[in-house]
Amino acid sequence: MTTRIFGSGIKRREDPRLITGRATYSDDIRLPGMLHMVVVRSELAHARLVKVDTSRAAALPGVVAVFTGHDVAMNTPCAWLIPDSGLKVPPHPVLATDRVRYVGDGIAIVLAETRYLAEDAAGAIHVEYEELPAVVNPEEATRDGAPQLFDDVPHNIAFRWIMNPNPEGLKQAFDSADLVIKERIVQQRLLPTAMEPRACAAQWNAGTQELTIWVTSQNPHIHRFILSGMTGVPEHKLRIIAPEVGGGFGSKIPVYPDEALAGWAAMQLNRPVRWSETRSENYITTIHGRDHVEYVEMALKNDGTVLALKGTVYAGMGAYISTAGPGIPTILHGLMYSGAYNIAHVYCESIGALTNTTPTDAYRGAGRPEATFLVERLMEKAANALNMDPVAFRRKNLLPKFENHTVATGLIYDSGDYEPALQKALAAVDYDSFRREQAAAREQGRYLGIGVTTYTEICGLGPSQVAGAIGFQGGLWESAIIRVSPAGKVQALMGISPHGQGEETTFAQLISEELGFPVEDIEIVHGDTNMTPMGWGTYGSRTTPVAGAALVKAARKMKEKAKAMAAHLLEAAVEDIDYDDGKFFVKGSPDKFKSIQEITLMATLAWSLPPGMDPGMEESQFYDPPNFVYPFGTHIAIVEVDPQTGQVTLKRYVAVDDCGPQINPLIVSGQIHGGIVQGVAQALFEGVVYDDHGQLLTGSMMDYTLPRADMFPTFELDHTVTPSPHHPIGIKGVGETGTIASTPTVYNAVMDALRPFNLDDIPMPLTPARVWAAIHGHSNGH
Amino acid sequence: MKVSIKVNGKQYEADIEPRLLLVHFLRDQLNMTGTKVGCDTSQCGSCTVHLDGKALKSCTYLAVMADGSSVTTIEGLGGSGLHPMQESFWEKHGLQCGFCTPGMIMATTAYLQHHPQPTEEDIRQHLEGNICRCTGYQNIVAAVKSAAEKMAGGD
Repeated sequence: MTTRIFGSGIKRREDPRLITGRATYSDDIRLPGMLHMVVVRSELAHARLVKVDTSRAAALPGVVAVFTGHDVAMNTPCAWLIPDSGLKVPPHPVLATDRVRYVGDGIAIVLAETRYLAEDAAGAIHVEYEELPAVVNPEEATRDGAPQLFDDVPHNIAFRWIMNPNPEGLKQAFDSADLVIKERIVQQRLLPTAMEPRACAAQWNAGTQELTIWVTSQNPHIHRFILSGMTGVPEHKLRIIAPEVGGGFGSKIPVYPDEALAGWAAMQLNRPVRWSETRSENYITTIHGRDHVEYVEMALKNDGTVLALKGTVYAGMGAYISTAGPGIPTILHGLMYSGAYNIAHVYCESIGALTNTTPTDAYRGAGRPEATFLVERLMEKAANALNMDPVAFRRKNLLPKFENHTVATGLIYDSGDYEPALQKALAAVDYDSFRREQAAAREQGRYLGIGVTTYTEICGLGPSQVAGAIGFQGGLWESAIIRVSPAGKVQALMGISPHGQGEETTFAQLISEELGFPVEDIEIVHGDTNMTPMGWGTYGSRTTPVAGAALVKAARKMKEKAKAMAAHLLEAAVEDIDYDDGKFFVKGSPDKFKSIQEITLMATLAWSLPPGMDPGMEESQFYDPPNFVYPFGTHIAIVEVDPQTGQVTLKRYVAVDDCGPQINPLIVSGQIHGGIVQGVAQALFEGVVYDDHGQLLTGSMMDYTLPRADMFPTFELDHTVTPSPHHPIGIKGVGETGTIASTPTVYNAVMDALRPFNLDDIPMPLTPARVWAAIHGHSNGH
Repeated sequence: MKVSIKVNGKQYEADIEPRLLLVHFLRDQLNMTGTKVGCDTSQCGSCTVHLDGKALKSCTYLAVMADGSSVTTIEGLGGSGLHPMQESFWEKHGLQCGFCTPGMIMATTAYLQHHPQPTEEDIRQHLEGNICRCTGYQNIVAAVKSAAEKMAGGD
């Protein structure tokens, strides 16, 4: 048996074009006669539009057209309609006509021969506003007297979702509790900040009546589905191409007005149109993440048993409901309220509030980081209140090893074995000696802290039947076509489209593992709706678990056909054919083999096929997962806080994750590194700030603190392997685990360091100013 | 204004607006789209090129200022093969979506010219002018370290 390609950390196959500057991203598309589009956006967070004067702009040289909301009537829909929540989705026109509701709301578009001329013209459009009072905080937005965004959405409440699986049990749990821990948690808004800003290019073919849009999308087939409805171009005439996509983190799931406008303008003017946002524009128009104000409670027994957990969440949805917005603080949040623990009763009430801010939607983890944070923060506070060691306290409540365990929220966790990961992580930091070191350091006035998170999360979204039940306006299956040419070269056409996660490599490894084609002979084709079968996109750590399963099943189908063909060529019975590393042979005679390439050629020529076999070597597979997958693990952070400055230093970070068998450990580690940094950044650095008028004060990279290389130590990674029982190869998702686990890990570490000061919780991010103010008894200004 | 700028070894003559940024000259006039624009405040470093051998953020530099200069972009860095830095980014998985990568590679190659044996801490500090949102930097640091070792070995 040769070395298995599955599990091998081979170099990525997508990299040569990326490291040489030869990859084509959406803003790199160049078409003859291309116009540049610029969107004129509202400068006020809430105002009536009195007048939009485009006459000066339209007269400028090089300007081809100017359009306002009176010229184009398209609405941007919502695609996650949470049932039984009273959800109201107010109209979101692509360009406002009478009223603007956030800084960045589109008012007009300019199309000109060059980018610079388009921007000149945009600056020459005169907008007269009548300013209205604005509201930016989701909790305040629901109060009496708050400014109203829409007349038919009273109190700005777009939905109220309640998860209360066992009301009586919940009441009993709180009534019988020895102790109830309460906390108000603010999950601050974050800017996803994919390094590639959003961009698109659109081309209308008047002859064939086909519209092609290249767009920075995590889900080109969803883009086609929605943009077809918006533009009126039927799906078979609408081609969406997500070329190279420079990161997404959720922000490239939604369909935005801009790509619809570019497509529409290309049709109106019969010329190609390109549009790309600036970073400042990205920060006001591309979705934001998080934005919760939460009131949470945990009921406990004095012996450290957690009885119940409940939370009321005011979730800021922004000024309009984004594509998947309502699903984030509800389904993807509340259903994870029992975390990795045996908590019998849970309750979540999520109130979606409209505010005069940029719409929110999925940002890496999407609802699950918020849930994990509140669970882990309450666990930590409960342990402290009971004078128990936080690790011992977690252990007491951790779910024991299981397969298919139903938790209080009704979810069935697929598999888990939490203790080994916890042990590995504790051993890596030598937990007991750290506690001694911490005590000794405190004697010297040094404040060390440790945070330990034992997490699990739901991903690999998910069974389509569940999608329907939770109001997701799509399926959640995936598809793959494996197509082999006569000479034995492979194209795998995938419905999903990765954007940095490396599936051009890992999927080639899967095919190579199953069929023996060398990875160099395999091309993973994705991103073009005209070339690929339908799929629902890369988010929710679902690409490898769901699309990977489709691919493996297609490959296994192909292997059966190849076996039958080999039996025919070797004049043997199918039952007698064995396979190893791309070779098919009669059992016991491995030297007389037929290679997969020879078999492909003969199947393609079809000169002589076994009875009943169709020619060719191509298999198609749809895959709808029977359940979600639940990766898990333990993360530990060690920090030091300087009480003189409030500065937090992250000294060590240990992550032991379990995503089942790893196809490519190099790529898995990269996902975890990146995830950790994003999660740590929420705890320590990042946070959106609006002023009371709805002006974004963190509107550029100069004002919004993004994590940089010198803020981190070298992360120490390890793993355990617990396969998913329902998955063809046992794998679970890993794209979001780092982000989900690391925020509470670092937050709890800092608060652990500060325990001698006996402080109330400090709002995130834990900037030096906030930490210093808390230590020195000043208000946090929050 | 008429300018003459050498890019990746080839001389280009052009008549350009004085306000044209160097990055747009490269991307929109020469159609060399390897150099990226990731922000508008000179923070992210995606637009980094070499101007007369020094790293430069081309989003905050006017093309007319490059008149008479020699510019190297990611497309021209490796010549016919791969530069050791490009190799190392590949080997160490120093990239995911790849958008920041041209700028990262251009910034770090210029850095190693003057700091051939950096420590990990040196590298992390030097990377402050380049933002990556995917990798968490760990494998970028490893790539730069590895490239430094390769380049030292090659001298």
